Order: sequence, then C-alpha cells, then structure tokens
Amino acid sequence: MNFALETKDLVMRFGGFVATNRVSLSVAPGARHALIGPNGAGKTTLVNLMAGVLTPTEGAILLDGRDITNAPVAARVGIGLARTFQINQIFATMSPLEAVSVAVSQRVGLGSSMFGRLSQMPEIVDESADILERLRLADVMDDRSDRLPYGKQRALELALALATRPKVLLLDEPAAGVPESERHEILEIVASLPREVSILLIEHDMDLVFSFAETITVLVQGAIFLEGSAQDIAADRRVREVYLGEAIDG
Amino acid sequence: MRSATASAREKARQAVADATRWQTPELAFWAVAIAAIFLFPSRHLLLNEIAIVGLFALSIDLILGYAGIVSLGHAAFFGVGAYTAGLLAKAGIGEPVAGLAIAAAVAAAVGFATSFLVIRGSDLTRLMVTLSVALVFVEIANRFESITGGVDGLLGISMGPILGLFEFDFGGTTAYCYSLAVLFGMFLVARRLVRSPFGTSLRALKENRLRAGAIGIPTARRIVTIYTISASIAGVAGALLAQTTAFVSLEVLDFARSADGLLILVIGGSGYLYGGLLGAIAFALMRDALSSLTPAYWMFWMGAILVALVVVGRERVVAKFAAAVDRLRGSGS
Repeated sequence: MNFALETKDLVMRFGGFVATNRVSLSVAPGARHALIGPNGAGKTTLVNLMAGVLTPTEGAILLDGRDITNAPVAARVGIGLARTFQINQIFATMSPLEAVSVAVSQRVGLGSSMFGRLSQMPEIVDESADILERLRLADVMDDRSDRLPYGKQRALELALALATRPKVLLLDEPAAGVPESERHEILEIVASLPREVSILLIEHDMDLVFSFAETITVLVQGAIFLEGSAQDIAADRRVREVYLGEAIDG
Repeated sequence: MRSATASAREKARQAVADATRWQTPELAFWAVAIAAIFLFPSRHLLLNEIAIVGLFALSIDLILGYAGIVSLGHAAFFGVGAYTAGLLAKAGIGEPVAGLAIAAAVAAAVGFATSFLVIRGSDLTRLMVTLSVALVFVEIANRFESITGGVDGLLGISMGPILGLFEFDFGGTTAYCYSLAVLFGMFLVARRLVRSPFGTSLRALKENRLRAGAIGIPTARRIVTIYTISASIAGVAGALLAQTTAFVSLEVLDFARSADGLLILVIGGSGYLYGGLLGAIAFALMRDALSSLTPAYWMFWMGAILVALVVVGRERVVAKFAAAVDRLRGSGS
C-alpha cells in the first residue's frame, strides 16, 4: 500500500540556512496527522515544498506513490493535493461563488472553456453552491471576498481547497486568528471531512491538535524530532521540554 | 437543511445568470455608437479613429484589466497588424476582411512568440520587456525599408470594397461603419471571453497568483493564451487603421501609441471592457477641446488632467460627478 503523501530525505537550503533537514514524513491514507513544532521549525517551508511552491534542494516527494518532486503546483492540485494558507490567500474583488466556481470548473476540466457560460453549466454552479452552503458561506456568496469578516474569509480559504476535491489536504493553521466565537465552526468543518481525504494539519493550537490528530510529528529546527500517536506525544517528556512546555499541564 | 441547500443553489444560479445579462447602459452605449453615424455625418473620420483606438485599448484591457499584465509595448502588435494589412493590400489582396483575418493571425503568432517573456517577473520587468520588444520592432521596420518604406511609410495602398460590396469614401462613412462593426464583433468576443470560466480564471490569477495555482489553474498557460488573443486584437486594430487610412508609417509602432493605450485605460478604467472605449472617446474629445482652446499647450493641459485623475483617483472623480448629477436632479424635481 502506498502512503497518501510521503517525503523522502527532503532537504531545503536557503543559502547556508537549512530550513528542512532530511525530513522523511509519511501520511497514511485517511490519516488525521498533525505537524507541530515551535516557531521557525520549518513547518510552512515543508508545506510549500509539498505543495510545489518551493523546489527541494534534495530528496523526493511522492503522492500516492507517484513522484511529484518536480511537478508544478497546478499539476499537483490536478492529481489530488490541495492546501490552505496560513495567511489568507483569497481573490479580493471576486465573490466566494466566483472563486469557488473557478476551482470547480478547473477540476472538471472546463477551466479553459473560453466561450462556455457558467449559466449553462448547472452542475458546476450547484456543486459550488453546495460547498459554500457546507462552509456556511451561502449568505455571503455574492459579496466581495475582501469585505467578508475574517472568520468567513478563513472558511473561504477552506472552501477553495475543498473545491479541488483533494485526496490529500494540507491545512496550514486553519483557525489562525479566528476569534474564539467562530472557531468551532472551522473546527467542525475540518472534523466533518470524509475519511477518503487524508489530512496533514499544521497547527500551533494544542487543543485543536489533540482533539483532531491521531498521529503527530514534531518538527524542530527543520528536522523530525519525534513521531508517534497523539497519546505518546502528549506523554513524551522531551516534547514537553522542547516544545509543549506548559501547554499540556493545564 | 434540504430546503436551505436548494435555496443556496437557486441563489447561485440566479447570480450566475445575472452576471452575463446585458445591462441597459451597455445597450445605450452601442445605440449611441450607431446613432453617431447619422448624428455626426461630418465627423466620421474622427469617429473611425476613436473606434480603432478604442479597439486597441480594449486589447490592452484584456491583459491588464483581466490578467494583470502591464505592457508598454502593445504597439508592436498594432504595428504588425497594420503592416500586414498594408502589405497584403499592396500585394493585390485588397479585400479588407480577408486582410483583417490574416493580420489577426500574424499578430497572434507574434504575440504567442513574445508571450513567454511576460510569464515571469514583476510589473517593472514586464514594462521593460514589452517596451524593448516594441523598440525592436520599430528598428526592424526601419531597417527593412525596401519592404516597409521606412520613415516615408508604406505608400500606394489601394483597398478594394469590403466583401466586394462597400467602397471606402473620402468622408470616412464606410470606414467608420466598418471599424464600428469590427469593434463590436471583437467586443462581443471579448465580452464572452471574460465572462467564461477561462475569463474568471484570469481574474483569479490577477488577484492572487499563488492561490490561483493552488486551485489548479495553470497560470503560465493562461497568460500565454490571453496575451496571444490580446495581441491578435491589437493587430486587428492596426489593420483597421492601415485599411481605412490607406497608409502605414513607423508611427503605428511608436512608443507613444503604447503609452496612449495605457493612458486611455487609466482615463476609462480597466477591467470592465468599456474602459478602453469610453477612455478613447474621452481622450479624443479632450484632445479636440484642449487643442482648440490652446493649440500650443494642449499637451500640457492633457497631462495636468491625467495627473489629477491618477492622484485623486478615477473612482472618486466619477463618484463626485455622480453625486453632483444626483444633487442637480434632486434640486430640479
């Protein structure tokens, strides 16, 4: 059986700085896998390598056994790898409906249709509406994205990734900056994703990590420090020392 | 829950249907453009020029307003189209529509070949690269004097009747009708294009290229495609000028033409297709009015107005104007 997503001895150097140091990480099919680590541990660099924004100095990345180390970003999305961003990356003047429908059209192969009309593609419109409904964006589907409240923009961030119907989803701090009152909405959505989607969650919030993840990888200074089940990691003295500190005492 | 989903779908379908519907101001615009044939019978030459410049600005709007690609060298494609049409007519292919089609194809080929230069880089590098490409074309046209006529221009173009039916006249009536028809045809294509999934994906890559890639849009390929289409339309505009004036000079490739195209978009606004057309009208009217007021200094005032427009922001100027109109209406009723 292939891993859903796998990195082999991945190295990323920026000049003399080693941001990713021989990382071999395996995400099992259907995994609820979290990647944690202190600031500057290289978590986002690793996500950018997996998503194809950065090209690794050394090593390989496999998606379902297929080598995607040098595949462009869009090609990776086409074969089922999607991501969200830590800092919102939305289409400011477009509405959530337009944005999601672009992603859906692209996925079903109509993204380069020059003379087609969305009004004559009801499947795409319906699917987009369903995604927006699921992420509680139906009310604001026609508004400008940059005028949405932050929590809604965060949900849109997730909606765009889901519209590509990923097999593997990289979530880069999905709840970052979301006020406590709206937080549970995002968490519920993440929790309700089907098991066919393998998820790698990058997160700072320990409550979220332990409520969601079954497997946890701890990254320190660009290298894997420890990997294990959520219980093991929570119980590990060294992890407490280097990273968790007080976070699990309470 | 079920009914909620149904209503979300309904809302989405409604929004999508509304997006492609023709708005009243759009219809009014084209009605006025056609009415101008009868309203200003002595100004057909000027109207013809406005239609051509408007089409050229429209071609820039497609890359700037929709894909976010800045260019200071679009005159290269305008010029390629103009020379193609001119040379064809000289070579005996005097039927304008055929000439237009060939000019469009040649300009598209040149656009495709140079599109790879604008895929990467910042706005500044794109400005420099497009500017340089245009300069290269000026030099080529200058160098091959035996073909292009060099600085003297391409003389002795004689155009046949359009589709074998309509002869060009001195007053420019046929010319304006012809250019307007081509402009409208090209506009329809552009309008359809920008509202298609392809067009929406262009806007996505303009707004956020990182995210556009992350939802699977092949951004480089999109840029190549729209740049090629835009070059082709610019070529058609150039061909129209060559055909309706029966003359081509190095001026068609001039830097000033590229810059004017951008200025017109600044005046009219980019990203909604009418900006180039309205801007072309405003530009021509301002030039006309200013040059009759101060024949020697009209460029100065033109510049001053443009600076004001950019500094204050077109949206605010338009908003103020609209508010003033509202007030007048309010006090009148």
